[in-house]
Amino acid sequence: MRFEDLLHPTEQGLYCPPGDFHIDPVAPVPRALITHGHADHARPGHGAVMATPETLDIMALRYGEEFTRARQPAGPERTEVGGVGVTFRPAGHVLGSAQIGLEYRGVRITVSGDYCRHSNPVCPPWEPLPCDVFVTEATFGLPVFTHPDPMEEIGKLLASLETFPDRAHMVGAYALGKAQRVIALIRAAGWDRPIYLHGALTALCDYHVAQGIDLGALRPATDSGVQKADYAGEIVLAPPSAFNAPWIRRFPDPLIGFASGWMQIRNRAKARGVELPLVVSDHVDWPDLTRTVEELNPQETWITHGREDALMRWCEMTQRRGRPLRLVGYEDEAPE
Amino acid sequence: MRAFADLLERLAFTPARNGKLTLLTDFFAARPDPERGYGLAALTGDLGLRQVTPSLLRGLVAERVDETLFALSYDFVGDLAETIALIWPEPETPASPSLPGLVEELQSTGRAALPGVVAGRLDEMTASERYAYLKLATGGMRVGVSARLARLAVAQFGDLPVTEIEELWHGLAPPYASLFAWAEGGEKQVAAALAPFRPVMLSTPTDLEALRDLSPSDYVAEWKWDGIRVQAVSDGGVRRLYSRTGEDISPAFPDVIEALDFEGTLDGELLVRRGDAVAPFGDLQKRLNRKTAPKTLLASHPAALRIYDILIDAGQDIRSLPFTDRRNRLEHLSAGFDPSRLDLSPLLAFESWDDIAALRADPPDPVIEGVMIKHRDSPYLAGRIRGHWFKWKRDPMLIDAVLMTAQRGHGKRSGYYSDYGFGVWDGDQLVPVGKAYFGFTDEELKELDRFVRQNTTDRFGPVRAVAPKLVLEIAFEGLNRSKRHKSGVAMRFPRIARIRRDKPAAEADRLETLREMLPPD
Repeated sequence: MRFEDLLHPTEQGLYCPPGDFHIDPVAPVPRALITHGHADHARPGHGAVMATPETLDIMALRYGEEFTRARQPAGPERTEVGGVGVTFRPAGHVLGSAQIGLEYRGVRITVSGDYCRHSNPVCPPWEPLPCDVFVTEATFGLPVFTHPDPMEEIGKLLASLETFPDRAHMVGAYALGKAQRVIALIRAAGWDRPIYLHGALTALCDYHVAQGIDLGALRPATDSGVQKADYAGEIVLAPPSAFNAPWIRRFPDPLIGFASGWMQIRNRAKARGVELPLVVSDHVDWPDLTRTVEELNPQETWITHGREDALMRWCEMTQRRGRPLRLVGYEDEAPE
Repeated sequence: MRAFADLLERLAFTPARNGKLTLLTDFFAARPDPERGYGLAALTGDLGLRQVTPSLLRGLVAERVDETLFALSYDFVGDLAETIALIWPEPETPASPSLPGLVEELQSTGRAALPGVVAGRLDEMTASERYAYLKLATGGMRVGVSARLARLAVAQFGDLPVTEIEELWHGLAPPYASLFAWAEGGEKQVAAALAPFRPVMLSTPTDLEALRDLSPSDYVAEWKWDGIRVQAVSDGGVRRLYSRTGEDISPAFPDVIEALDFEGTLDGELLVRRGDAVAPFGDLQKRLNRKTAPKTLLASHPAALRIYDILIDAGQDIRSLPFTDRRNRLEHLSAGFDPSRLDLSPLLAFESWDDIAALRADPPDPVIEGVMIKHRDSPYLAGRIRGHWFKWKRDPMLIDAVLMTAQRGHGKRSGYYSDYGFGVWDGDQLVPVGKAYFGFTDEELKELDRFVRQNTTDRFGPVRAVAPKLVLEIAFEGLNRSKRHKSGVAMRFPRIARIRRDKPAAEADRLETLREMLPPD
């Protein structure tokens, strides 16, 4: 059997013919296996969805309980879907994120979804899932991306609060995963004041807390009881899009931060009007990406999206078989 | 190196001047000598490290990184030093070499040994330090800190008058230990260097109504020329030309330096002058911001000074004398000037303020941009002190332009589209002719912001394109020819004078109108 007979790209996303299901489809399909809850991977309207319990919860939070007709919680134990063995293993990306392992007639394919190998206080760590074909993202697939220790980045935020105590410190963070990770990191760095949240972040933060993840005191950022001046020297988290809206005027001399792997590149940070770039990423950087391929040592590496040219070049240099899938519909880093 | 790397990064991303000042003063307070001094010199461009070239860096990285991977990365990042800093293999156990050590090493390393030394240092540092090191070694900081701002930061750090620091500056050398000692309460070092810069006297704006309260007989008047303000010093064989903020611009003006055949410190206007004809500001601009002046440029754009004051006369500081006494001294001294390079700014004859108004309304030369009015008894004072010198500039040029783009502001203007790009008609197309981010009231800012949000047609990062509907009256101080701008013209100090809600966009000005406002070629 060729690997392509077990899994291949289609317009809707990756499709598994023997199991008759898609993985992270970008358009409605009868049966979908979902790696994680980011909007570009988890879309509403599929006939049936199989995902981790957390991802199912997150989809219900975002799209309402009717996001699909049938749900099937998945876990690390192997289950059969249309005769294909399916295993969900932690991907270390966001809460509920999983790699999906397929096994059929002796062929094993791991679809890693988005994944990260730095430790993350809000989700279990990535686990290796041996395979013949490793399907990987390459969001940060260039050798310029070596993500720094996120605690050092949070240190920059706390230092800035000391330098500019009169300014509200706004931190842009996507609603699922990044926001909670940033909060957990800020807590780990010893900041115990309340952290203020834009309304778009509340539901998912509440969900994390309900799952037993301690985020400390969280307050709505636009509580009518709080005066504008009182936000001076405080940390406010918001989706980055909020900084373009008049909402930002409620804060005194706001200092715009943004927590993202892209902040490593100065042009990117400047183009976004960011004053405090915080390089915090929930994706593998170049060293982890290449290390993962080396450790798993698959027969083939398939690249779903991102900067596949550099990874293809690396495969060539290390005499590995690489294949760009050039899937469309997946964002560089989930804009929510 | 870590602290300096952090400082550079914060400075690069902090747009506000006060924010930059805070970051700099914090650095001076936190770091010891000579580190803070070297940091300051690196920012002001006074370290003179220019040996490490882009081609040297490309050679180094080619030894460590696959060519294709580097090319893909450079293409993505867009900046050579940044790409190399990020792509360079991480050290197993990073060392953080000190900034002074690195500076001294770069200063003392010969060309042949340089690649090895630079590579060795890159091998032991972290990415942000590597970036700072490469910017240091190539001499291109580009973090929006002018030498003037850096000196202001030292003044703020030590609670010292910035004018005194500027006066001392050219007698100091990195790492400025004596300057920091003074800033921290020690003795002020006496300016020992020859030909030092003295802080210049500045004027305040006025108009006919304000002048009516003053007695015309107490004042003298001169033309205000559209050049740049300079200070020319000749002291014991050392000659220097300084900008009004104390930058030494001598190397770019050998023709002027050659003519400084006197002993003293003069205040005047730097112009390009061909015979008696003063050239428009655009001509002078070709001579500015250069390290040297090529011969052809010296011939085609000869520089000259029009002198209007004297601070030091043959070693005697006469700044405390009244204007009329200084003027007498100056007239006496000017007998020895080479008139093709140095001449006196003539005093204007007038009886009343109405005479001045008439002169201002009809100046004899297009390069005159107004009149200067000076009190006969004024000493030469540092800075902008009210009541002594006044400028009454000609009315700004005005055009009606159409708002085309808007960019979000920072800090207190966060959440507002506060930087506006505008254009005029060329046929049935709008061509951008400038950008303005001041001139409007808070109320008008809100109105403009609302207009931008309601009329957005496209978005590019922080910039929005808007429907060409709103006419803005733009005031500006002058117009130059420009090859860099598609329109072929560049405005000086454009600002928004009025929102012309009454005017349909189709009736805004045309590019021909602007071209007619250009000075003669």
